[in-house]
Amino acid sequence: MPRHTDREYESELRALNDRLLKMAGRVEEMVAQAARALAERDAELARTTILLDETVNTDEVEIDEACQSILARRQPLAGDLRFIACALKMVTDLERIGDIAVNLCERAIELAREAALSPIAGLGQMAALVQEMLKDVMDAFNARAADRARAVVRRDDLVDELYHGVLRELLARMSQDASALQRGIHTLAVAKFLERLGDHATNLAEEVVFLVEGKDIRHAGKRGGPPA
Amino acid sequence: MIAAPAPRAPPTTTAADATTPVKLAVRALDAGFGATPVVRQLTLDVPERRVLAIIGPSGCGKSTLVRCLNRMHELVPGATVGGSVLLDDHDIYARDVDPVLLRRRIGMVFQKPNPFPTMSIRENVLAGLRLTGALRGGRKQPAIDGIVEQALTRAALWDEVKDRLAAAGGSLSGGQQQRLCIARALAVEPEVLLMDEPCSALDPIATARIEDLIHVLRERYTIVLVTHNMQQAARASDLTAFLLHGELIECAPTERLFTQPSDRRTEDYITGKFG
Ligand SMILES: Nc1ncnc2c1ncn2[C@@H]1O[C@H](COP(=O)(O)OP(=O)(O)O)[C@@H](O)[C@H]1O
Ligand SMILES: [Mg+2]
Repeated sequence: MPRHTDREYESELRALNDRLLKMAGRVEEMVAQAARALAERDAELARTTILLDETVNTDEVEIDEACQSILARRQPLAGDLRFIACALKMVTDLERIGDIAVNLCERAIELAREAALSPIAGLGQMAALVQEMLKDVMDAFNARAADRARAVVRRDDLVDELYHGVLRELLARMSQDASALQRGIHTLAVAKFLERLGDHATNLAEEVVFLVEGKDIRHAGKRGGPPA
Repeated sequence: MIAAPAPRAPPTTTAADATTPVKLAVRALDAGFGATPVVRQLTLDVPERRVLAIIGPSGCGKSTLVRCLNRMHELVPGATVGGSVLLDDHDIYARDVDPVLLRRRIGMVFQKPNPFPTMSIRENVLAGLRLTGALRGGRKQPAIDGIVEQALTRAALWDEVKDRLAAAGGSLSGGQQQRLCIARALAVEPEVLLMDEPCSALDPIATARIEDLIHVLRERYTIVLVTHNMQQAARASDLTAFLLHGELIECAPTERLFTQPSDRRTEDYITGKFG
């Protein structure tokens, strides 16, 4: 693919791309560690994971600044403009994913204090699924592959389905066993956080489709489809 | 590198929306100098009361194209032209068309402001009318004053010069001189205004004034704006046509062309990937 004649501009765009990938790598790591801290009831791992959020916040600020600088100095157009618009949105979703990983870790710390609840089938599946979605959407971003991003959007339905199953099971248990109440509430929160991770992965995927095709696929059908 | 090209949309070389009548229709236009072709088989619609920007690298044939639109190209010795250009459905190259009268309907503003430097501001405004013989037959002074005031007002210059209409055209700043040239073109009451890089000799403030003026003029006139400045095309036009080696690569609503061009070559040009 041809490069920008202005090599400094080219390298600014590449650096921004790399920063987004790096930031995504960090939040993926945080989510993976949070999931493990929950599964293994490892409060120590949860605590060290929370500390990583600092770097993610710095990433967000720096990527925002890089985008603004490119907008001001380069007046990007066409694919470059879509890339900057996309980066500004992706960075927000990535930062939120970091926050949610922190929330998961906080619940992991609480849950580790209590006796273990017998495993909820759907929960581990949810955690695995949203991690896959995150990985796939960033691969799709890196490859500028809209079809792979669309596949991520479709998988979010499964996350929602699992979430409702987990909800039903938890409520049933809590209504039968009052001693499970405290743990149940924490676990409910965990399920909700995992469900939100799926939403953010979906947002990222929609942003990738926009980047590649210039099509806004958000709220498809609700607005009578995007303009031609 | 960054984004993949948008998938190819159907060709968009006729960008007029169905509701807007076509003012100028270029059909299979060829133009050149001697044996050298410069514009090749170019087909393009300019909708009425819209601003069409023409962008493309230096030497791609932008000036040659617009000079074919009011038959100025043929004034160059050795110039060749083929195909047709329809103004309100009538071919301007038809044998019964008088090029002088045609140029009253299709006015032109050039890259370098070119007022007559020693001629008064007032006479500069009237120069186009005198050249085309439109003032013969002795119009009354008040009517002529009205023409001067209206043209200068429409060119957004009246307030700055109304107290010194007798001053020389050359005494104005570059930006004012360019607006004087626009007033001269408007005094003839054209329907189409061709502007060939009208801001390339102007500073950013004078440029903003001209762009502001273009927004107002488009309510009355059909405008073709040649510019090498992509930001200017993005700011000032409704439609943008991208020319490369004398061929029309793509013409689309400006917003779409600059966010989502359908041709790889347009994408590369506007994002600054040259060869
Ligand atoms: N009077 C002329 N005689 C011969 N060739 C010319 C003349 N004017 C322009 N050309 C050539 O025609 C090509 C297109 O020129 P032009 O229409 O001025 O391009 P643009 O306006 O896009 O910069 C260029 O290669 C230029 O050298
Ligand atoms: Mg030119």
